[in-house]
Amino acid sequence: MSIKIEHLNYIYSQGTAYEKQALKDICLEIPHGEFVGIIGHTGSGKSTLIQHLNGLIKATDGIICYNGENIYGERYNMKELRNQVGLVFQYPEHQLFEVDVLSDVCFGPKNQGFSREECEKRAKEALKLVGLKEKYHQSSPFELSGGQKRRAAIAGVLAMRPKVLILDEPTAGLDPKGRDEILEQIAYLHKETDITVILVSHSMEDIAKYADRIIVMNQGQVMYNSTPKEVFAHYKELEEVGLAAPQVTYIMHEIAKKGLAVDTGATTVKEAADSIMEVLGK
Amino acid sequence: MERMVQTEDLVFEYAKRDEEGNVVGTQRAIDQVSLEVKEGQFIAILGHNGSGKSTLAKHINAILVPTEGTVWVGGRNTKDADELWNVRQSAGMVFQNPDNQIIGTVVEEDVGFGPENLGVPTDEIWKRVEESLQAVGMISYRHHSPNKLSGGQKQRVAIAGVIAMRPKCIVLDEPTAMLDPNGRKEVLRTVEKLRRQEKVTVILITHYMEEVIDADRVFVMDHGRVVMDGTPREIFSQVDMLKEYRLDVPQVTILADELRKRGLDIPAGILRKEELVDVLCRLK
Amino acid sequence: MIRDITIGQYYPAKSILHRLDSRVKLTATVLYLISLFLFKNLSGYLVATVFLMVVIRLSKVPFKYIMRGMRPVIMLLMITLLFNLFLIKEGEVIFSVWIFHITEGGLRNAVLMAIRLIYLITGSSLMTFTTTPNELTDGLESLLKPLGRIHVPVHEIAMMMSIALRFIPILLEETDKIMKAQIARGADLESGNILQKAKSMIPILVPLFVSAFRRANDLAMAMEARCYRGGEGRTKMNPLRYTGRDRAAYVIMILYVVGVVAIGRYVPLHIWIF
Repeated sequence: MSIKIEHLNYIYSQGTAYEKQALKDICLEIPHGEFVGIIGHTGSGKSTLIQHLNGLIKATDGIICYNGENIYGERYNMKELRNQVGLVFQYPEHQLFEVDVLSDVCFGPKNQGFSREECEKRAKEALKLVGLKEKYHQSSPFELSGGQKRRAAIAGVLAMRPKVLILDEPTAGLDPKGRDEILEQIAYLHKETDITVILVSHSMEDIAKYADRIIVMNQGQVMYNSTPKEVFAHYKELEEVGLAAPQVTYIMHEIAKKGLAVDTGATTVKEAADSIMEVLGK
Repeated sequence: MERMVQTEDLVFEYAKRDEEGNVVGTQRAIDQVSLEVKEGQFIAILGHNGSGKSTLAKHINAILVPTEGTVWVGGRNTKDADELWNVRQSAGMVFQNPDNQIIGTVVEEDVGFGPENLGVPTDEIWKRVEESLQAVGMISYRHHSPNKLSGGQKQRVAIAGVIAMRPKCIVLDEPTAMLDPNGRKEVLRTVEKLRRQEKVTVILITHYMEEVIDADRVFVMDHGRVVMDGTPREIFSQVDMLKEYRLDVPQVTILADELRKRGLDIPAGILRKEELVDVLCRLK
Repeated sequence: MIRDITIGQYYPAKSILHRLDSRVKLTATVLYLISLFLFKNLSGYLVATVFLMVVIRLSKVPFKYIMRGMRPVIMLLMITLLFNLFLIKEGEVIFSVWIFHITEGGLRNAVLMAIRLIYLITGSSLMTFTTTPNELTDGLESLLKPLGRIHVPVHEIAMMMSIALRFIPILLEETDKIMKAQIARGADLESGNILQKAKSMIPILVPLFVSAFRRANDLAMAMEARCYRGGEGRTKMNPLRYTGRDRAAYVIMILYVVGVVAIGRYVPLHIWIF
């Protein structure tokens, strides 16, 4: 269930005064089951890129192969692709519309053509996966708290049982606890099922904590595509394009400068603490 | 120093309604809050979503009035209908969503909206618009449409719109919650500059801890009550408690806390990475 | 796609048209629109065309940009065209297919009506391109002030218009986003009969309305926080003041209307069937 992108280009409003190349010659491969983080400042093309992955935007040129099949092929079933590649937009709760949470989550499976019972079964399962308790199933989605709305909306995509889950800043606007809860839930999902997760985020700390691999976007191009350790080793270059490394990486570099032999590649608090204890611990 | 804002046993309740709109009970959003802000201070109010911090902010601008207790802004009681416009003029407010608080379709027209409402003479409005846009570093965008600006820039325009009313105090209600890291930095730098240059009192409401390390005083809210109150260092030294109140602690503070728990001799309440580096080097 | 709509939008530029008082532009636009229906001769159209071209040139709005705004009304234009073409039976038949006969009168009416419509839209969008919504509403408020005496809430209407104009692009963008999100959830917005299509709009309209109400609520609060309390006691950042330029514009406009009507009525000009 891999995704392979070859020489993808996308030009906005081609042929008008507002023409702008949003994506330039993107080549990427995302193997099945990976947890990929995408970072990049606003306008770097990351949102445009992920909308290509389920065919919402059609590339100006280039190829995207899902499972070895070109999605721009003549007889390619776009609807089936959207069933397989679930996309959770920013502030997904803004798309809730049904009278109660359960019906809203059923919307996806219903569009896939499942029976009422099957829809509800899948919806309930999805709601369980995002940790939304049964007592909320019959509530109006508009009465939930911000964090709960977000969960319900994510469940709406999960209920379609996608093989690939793409989330565009799923924690924007939530408070820190709500943010951690959502991310933990996604990490749990990734561990329990064999789903591929693509997470777009502004938080380097979050990406460092969860992603196996990081794709850095800048001005419509892939700048880095590597493990967190390797990507954040380029913290100076990241700063030049308006990004940064997690705070601990900076601390480790500062300490190393002062002559302590700590691991400057640490990207999470745990890694940093381990490394410092190794050097200083008695 | 004079008192800028004072609340005394502030309680705010709103009615809970059933599906037909009948009142079925009340919900206490703010519960017995008494606090004091002096002129020129930088105050931070922390709390998770739903802790009551935004409701408190809206009292300072008299958008909400207390159910019980009193709020004074610059010595004026916010319940006093005659003083309403004076209260709103002296305590300006910046909201979370950058799009939903810009009224003008051109940047400078938006900044002029407040002074127009106050009945400021035309020449003076232009002077203020220019000064305010200069103060937030947006003067070169004065003829732009707000729709074409980034989130951080929109918030700076909103701040300019508030300072054009010449308030003594600015209340910022989660101004960075919807911004990316660069936008957040932009807004915080602007607030910092205003504080230093214009000497306005700043009340910053946020859930990002790293935004408040320069504050004179920090209040932490939970369930409508002030549950912690002190300097940033005092507050930050209680990492476990902050986590309990669903708050975010900067990585440096978490790392310091973790190292202390593992037995290193590190003082509580580390705020900046330089401090931690110094402490660790001394342990060498 | 949905963002391509340019009608009603402001186009920032520094032209003499941009600097004119909005009251002049409003009055002139109304006069121009009326004048289009006061003549029948081709000579009138010629004058109206030249005038429009000159004004477009003066506005410094790119011609292409103006034309782009025409796209959403093409359907309307086509319908008018077809109705005129086939339903008006005057003069000789110049073309016949099966039961449809195109007559000279039909063709003439169709073409002239299309031109009128295009000029009408171009003329009014030129006004919005060169006038910021705030100027526009200020102008409208000032022109409609006499109605205030019979208790028409002129200031409130003007303010509502101005806010609507500011939020149109935001809501359009939001519609685009919601549509994409629902398509990603498998929504089918294209196929089916009218009833099914209408039903498939619910997942888009409900969130859009919820969002619009939320925004309205937020905005009302933000306005109150900035001491907005209606039109009374408000000063203006850009008080409307006529200058020599504006008076000259009025004179030019009156001359144009008199000229175009006089020429269009009394100076005959015939080319082929027109």
